[in-house]
Amino acid sequence: MTPQSQFMVLASIAAGRMDDLRHLLASMNREVGVVDPQNRLVPFGQFERLHFARFVIIDDKTSVDVAAYGLPIVQYPVYLAFLGDLDGSPDALLAELVQKAGDGLRRIFAHCDGFSSDTDILGWMKSHNVAAAAFYANWLGRTVRQVREEDTLRQALESFVEQHRDSLAGMQAREKHAALKKFVAAEQRAGRITLTPPEPTPLGWKIRNFLHLVGVPLVLLVLSPLLLLYLPVFIYQLRSREKTDPVIAPRIEPSHAHELAELEDHETTNQFSAFGSLKPELFRRELLTFLLWIIDYAARHVFNRGRLTRVTTIHFARWVFVDNKRRMLFASNYDGSLESYMDDFINKVGFGLNIAFSNGLGYPQTNWLFMDGAKDEQKFKYMLRRHQLPTQVWYHATPGLTAMNMQRNALIRQGLENMYMTDGEVREWLQLL
Amino acid sequence: MAATAVDSGIQRTASAVDYSDVQGLVRFGYGKLTESCFLLLNIRDAAAARSWLATAPVTNAVQLDQASPTALQIAFTHEGLQSLQVPDEVLAGFSAEFLTGMAGEESRSRRLGDVGANAPEYWQWGGSGRVPHIVLMLYAQPGKLEGWTLAIQEANWNAAFEVVTCLLTSNLDGIEPFGFADGISQPALDWERQRKPAKNELAYGNLAALGEFLMGYPNEYSKYTDRPLLAPDAPGSTALPPAEDVANQRDLGRNGTYVVFRQLQQDVRGFWRFLDAQTNSDPQARQSMGEDMVGRKMDGEPLVELSDDPIAGIDPGTTPHNQFTYNSDADGLSCPFGAHVRRANPRNADLPPGSSGLLSKALHTFGFGNKQYRDDIIASTRFHRVLRRGREYGPGLSPEQAIQTNVSDPGEHGIYFICLNANISRQFEFVQNAWIMSTKFDAMTEESDPLLGNRQPVAGCPFTDTFSVPQVEGLRTRITGLPQFVTVKGGAYFFLPSLSALRYLAAVR
Repeated sequence: MTPQSQFMVLASIAAGRMDDLRHLLASMNREVGVVDPQNRLVPFGQFERLHFARFVIIDDKTSVDVAAYGLPIVQYPVYLAFLGDLDGSPDALLAELVQKAGDGLRRIFAHCDGFSSDTDILGWMKSHNVAAAAFYANWLGRTVRQVREEDTLRQALESFVEQHRDSLAGMQAREKHAALKKFVAAEQRAGRITLTPPEPTPLGWKIRNFLHLVGVPLVLLVLSPLLLLYLPVFIYQLRSREKTDPVIAPRIEPSHAHELAELEDHETTNQFSAFGSLKPELFRRELLTFLLWIIDYAARHVFNRGRLTRVTTIHFARWVFVDNKRRMLFASNYDGSLESYMDDFINKVGFGLNIAFSNGLGYPQTNWLFMDGAKDEQKFKYMLRRHQLPTQVWYHATPGLTAMNMQRNALIRQGLENMYMTDGEVREWLQLL
Repeated sequence: MAATAVDSGIQRTASAVDYSDVQGLVRFGYGKLTESCFLLLNIRDAAAARSWLATAPVTNAVQLDQASPTALQIAFTHEGLQSLQVPDEVLAGFSAEFLTGMAGEESRSRRLGDVGANAPEYWQWGGSGRVPHIVLMLYAQPGKLEGWTLAIQEANWNAAFEVVTCLLTSNLDGIEPFGFADGISQPALDWERQRKPAKNELAYGNLAALGEFLMGYPNEYSKYTDRPLLAPDAPGSTALPPAEDVANQRDLGRNGTYVVFRQLQQDVRGFWRFLDAQTNSDPQARQSMGEDMVGRKMDGEPLVELSDDPIAGIDPGTTPHNQFTYNSDADGLSCPFGAHVRRANPRNADLPPGSSGLLSKALHTFGFGNKQYRDDIIASTRFHRVLRRGREYGPGLSPEQAIQTNVSDPGEHGIYFICLNANISRQFEFVQNAWIMSTKFDAMTEESDPLLGNRQPVAGCPFTDTFSVPQVEGLRTRITGLPQFVTVKGGAYFFLPSLSALRYLAAVR
């Protein structure tokens, strides 16, 4: 099994280079919102382990919101972020990027501070790689190669069933299953279908994963007496803030809305990049650090089989602290349009949104950390859109396949490789086709 | 009839709905007024238009002992309100979708499926630069429409308006042009303001909070949908009722709503001929395949068994064909997942079926306890309902007539799809985008709505022209190569004002 991982190269953009950079990034797109996978700068399509990638300029217009707390407005740098979601180790992919697209990456990062023509680009990217506080992948171990192979399998089976409708109709379920199995075996021999077996799980990852699996609960267990003692204080701290924290959720400017909308709904999956400040207090920073630690744990060990609680539409998501935890980036790749993404979240996991985002400045009022908040539907949507950044370049390796489609394809394959199936399982498998 | 509304800590007594302030269409479908036409107007002269509006005989929602033989409803596009010189700061209070318009942005057209042959550039009206200002909806008893149409064109009519087009409807007795009973599933509105939506509704219900369909009232989230509110000293605002949720504001939206209006041309011959060819001209198989696509029998009977459990807002005595959910059909064996009515209203509660005990509720809340990979994909349909008020156009054509090849087509057939909702993006657009037009609805791979689908390829998904019917023995029946049966020919978003908002519009400046 090949575990999924991510990278995010983050660097401030050099003074006066912004317009050039925007222009350069736009040249990677075939049209607004649609990348050319073979573009000359970073030909994403050549990287077989890359699920998603994006370049996003982090120019946060909402950093003025701290004024609501009577605090001075900080002039933060404008950043360029380069994000990837991938199979295997990020270091290997970064090296491959430099090898195949070193010149293009140099041209891009030349617009950033601290990058000159003699910079060692791999070292520079690694040193600017920012770890996520929490990372979610839809299905642990599902590689780009697997997604592609299994979709070819599904298509081949569908056309076979189509062409042999009449002869299959006369067969019992098990006979059908056997006939389809035979067909796939023949296609595999002919090289038209490949179903690569999973690679062995890296030992280092296995050990780290196990230590993380037991380590986090252990730490919690050890800390639990302290946490319990702290609980009444925490409740006081939380409740007093929840009642008074300012909510900043005006409707967004039509021009901003238009700029975002132009980039969306070109295929069945979309990108989402949102950025904002945390509520400017140590309490909120520490609380969010703790919550994301828990979320990361849950995503790694519990919600790694197609569902983030009840939500089935997210391929990858991450939360990344920036500027000493004063600010945060949330980036995700999801199925459907933003409206349905937001509605899915509000109605299915409003509590989860509140836990993950209510430490953000301006969030709709929550109660007890997980209640209300996002259920103030319109304010929540305004706030989300207001913090959303236009994603200048976005790449998706397998467009047109939703996470549910991938799951269906994987189940189709499983039914071919399973040695023993009950009559019911055979019928269920046939219903997948 | 006093109920209490709670929002943002403000607690005030909710007043009863003033039916005389609501346009009747929200409450009635005017089924007995079988003749109707929709006049699309542009404003020639704002002052003349305002004085016509001031005396327009607009029908309200008061229930009369003796129903009026005629009715008039009126709604405005953003362009129309601009032409009436409504101040920009007032207009800014309307929703973004209304302000941008149905065809105002390519991304919206992509989401609504208005691409390919459906693209606004081919529309007869409503495309770029051709958005009408006003729709007048005229309804009359048989034989009375012509007189009614002439009667309203009095006073300043000619100075005020230019008639862009007159959309005439036909009465097919509750049957849409493909031949199926239509308009069966409608939400019931909580006019009495008794409904208190729970945070998690554990059963599908058909009774909707008033705020879903009428602005100025709490919606299913127990919140007030945004709409234009005016300061009490704003010119003309004294005509408007006070806002219930915000102190010291006048409510331009209260008792009003949005109208989604789409002209959908139906290829009745193409539809039945395709089915005929698929079924080797077996009339029964042909009809049965059509019924699978629609998700109901031609007479409206649902394909799934009726539910024994009561459904809030559905009276099995008066609407027996509405007394069902898909909980009994998790495999889609009775009604295909992709059937039109299953897409349009999947009838889900907030949590998946079987979430009764504390433990199962908790498990389901965290996404556990599902039996199949496709369980609990769709939920909470109560936030995505629309109130339909459409009418047909063109002559009726039976399936038998439709498949005859030697008869010349007696003209265009279709439906003026009209629906009301207080939040266009969460209601109509969501249903149209995430359910009807989605090629991925309910975990499917490359399908589109069998009736409304535009069959356009999507990136990475070249085929969207299939429809599959799950079969109990395993392999589904898959119909491929579905042609486009329905083409969008026009459309716009309108604001249907209350009577007091209409008075404000007539006096604004």
